[in-house]
Amino acid sequence: MKLKALEMTQGSAFGSHIGGGFSAMEIMASIYAVAQIPSMEDPGRDRVIVSKGHCTLAYFTALWKKGFLSEEDLACFEADGSSYYAHAFRNLAKGIEFSGGSLGLGVSFAAGVARACKEKNLENRVFVVVGDGELNEGMVWEALMSAGKMKLDNLTVIVDRNGYQVDGPTEEVMDLSPLEKKFEAFGFEACTIDGHSLGELVDALSKRSSSPRAIIAKTIKAHGISFLENNKMSHHCVLSKKKYEQAVQEIKAAYGAE
Amino acid sequence: MEQSKINVKLMSMAGQGGSVFGMALPVLAQSREDIRVLSADMSTPAGLDKFKAAYPERFINVGIAEQNLIGCAAGLASEGLRPICVAQSCFLSMRSFEQIRQYAGYMKFPIIIAGIASGLSLQFFGNTHFAVEDIALMRMVPGMTVVCPCDSLEAVKAFESALEHDGPVYIRMFGGTGVPSVYAQDYDFSLGRAIVLRDGKDVQIIAAGSVVKTALDAAAILEQEGVQASVVNMHTIKPLDSSAIALDKKLLVTVEEHRRFGGLGGAVSEYLSGMSHHPELLRLGFGDDNIKVGGYGYMMQESGLSADGVAHSILNKLKRMI
Repeated sequence: MKLKALEMTQGSAFGSHIGGGFSAMEIMASIYAVAQIPSMEDPGRDRVIVSKGHCTLAYFTALWKKGFLSEEDLACFEADGSSYYAHAFRNLAKGIEFSGGSLGLGVSFAAGVARACKEKNLENRVFVVVGDGELNEGMVWEALMSAGKMKLDNLTVIVDRNGYQVDGPTEEVMDLSPLEKKFEAFGFEACTIDGHSLGELVDALSKRSSSPRAIIAKTIKAHGISFLENNKMSHHCVLSKKKYEQAVQEIKAAYGAE
Repeated sequence: MEQSKINVKLMSMAGQGGSVFGMALPVLAQSREDIRVLSADMSTPAGLDKFKAAYPERFINVGIAEQNLIGCAAGLASEGLRPICVAQSCFLSMRSFEQIRQYAGYMKFPIIIAGIASGLSLQFFGNTHFAVEDIALMRMVPGMTVVCPCDSLEAVKAFESALEHDGPVYIRMFGGTGVPSVYAQDYDFSLGRAIVLRDGKDVQIIAAGSVVKTALDAAAILEQEGVQASVVNMHTIKPLDSSAIALDKKLLVTVEEHRRFGGLGGAVSEYLSGMSHHPELLRLGFGDDNIKVGGYGYMMQESGLSADGVAHSILNKLKRMI
């Protein structure tokens, strides 16, 4: 996924959301490992809603690994007229449930979906991925309040807690702590885990409880690319050919050539 | 469904909210399993208590949170349900404008957005609670149908049509209980098809919503002054029924309880601007300023939107044109 994502950045002179894409790689991979989606036509499928619309480098490569997106789809990432650009656009046939881009809008949507699924007596789950910067948006808290009130035990919110937003560290721009307690205060069962550990992610994602769940996945922005890690400039940037080669070498060294 | 004359009278007494949510909705809900109603702490003022009692599981109160209201509705629509969002027009159209653009415009969910208490309905609550920009905002949302029913019966007919329409609809409702009837009995209504209420060779008054009645009264005053005015009920502002606009009149006039730009007047002038020749257009509505707060009648009078005021503005305009 990571090598493919790096390749995708090279198709666009406009630049890509590398930081938030690489912080969410393991999150997206493990969600699709846990989510039960026999087909998108299956009404009982788990719903994966990506509110953090700019993590398409992780999201699209996960959809590619699952067979929803093809090599050709990814090859036209950020090409003129393409359906695949910085923010995912709803396309159920391709596994995309939600149009991202404007931050803070996914959790309300997920709460509505979760409520409807419960009404239909479905046993499925609704996963919604949010960024930590995105939690600044007031609408997210309106949505969390309503999820608690509606007792949406089929809803799991996954926070990509990479600690950075455009202007810098989240604690400098808008302090979110104590985040776990905030979720608990809104009626969620919350836990904090290593968001780059597939094992911890899969464990946390597999659990169900009697209330909505929040998984705060602690991550590193631009994880795995040494010169971009925890660097606010990684939020949206262009990788030069040389930097691209370096990033590829680092990923290959960490994970092997595949 | 067809409405008897007695029902039409009852609706006039119940007002738009009472008629739509109190009378029509509980009946429609019997055959429409997919209907869900969401409100932002506005269900009792809207007249939803009867529906809530009959279908508690089909009602969601999200609290005073209009953004989440639209978001949850989109989620329900995504699962095939038919969400109806009810809150004050001012907050629905402005506080959750981006959410409406996102979910209804961009993602194309057929959400019904029922804005209650539009225009100056909320009187002494003041300008924060006036919805005089909502038509302009809703017109800008891709694919949005914008409908301004002129009385309680038309509100019910607009609501029924919206439920059948495959796309998002903004229904701009006004007033409390006791809304004077434009229509004394049932009639044919379709979204996007204007209705000529009165013929007249000199002037055409195009009105929408609360002031359709005012336009008819103004036309009666004009007749005494020797001016023959036709009146068109342009209940749907988007898509605009341009075929109903009479280009053979001396003067066209738009009347709306909205700012005189961006709404009905804006839509008509946009249409006319594409022609090399067309009658002059007089746009009546609120200007680019806050409204001096008072009772409804006072504010409409001060804004030139009483029947007298409308007739007066038209006569003045005609004099200047000679």
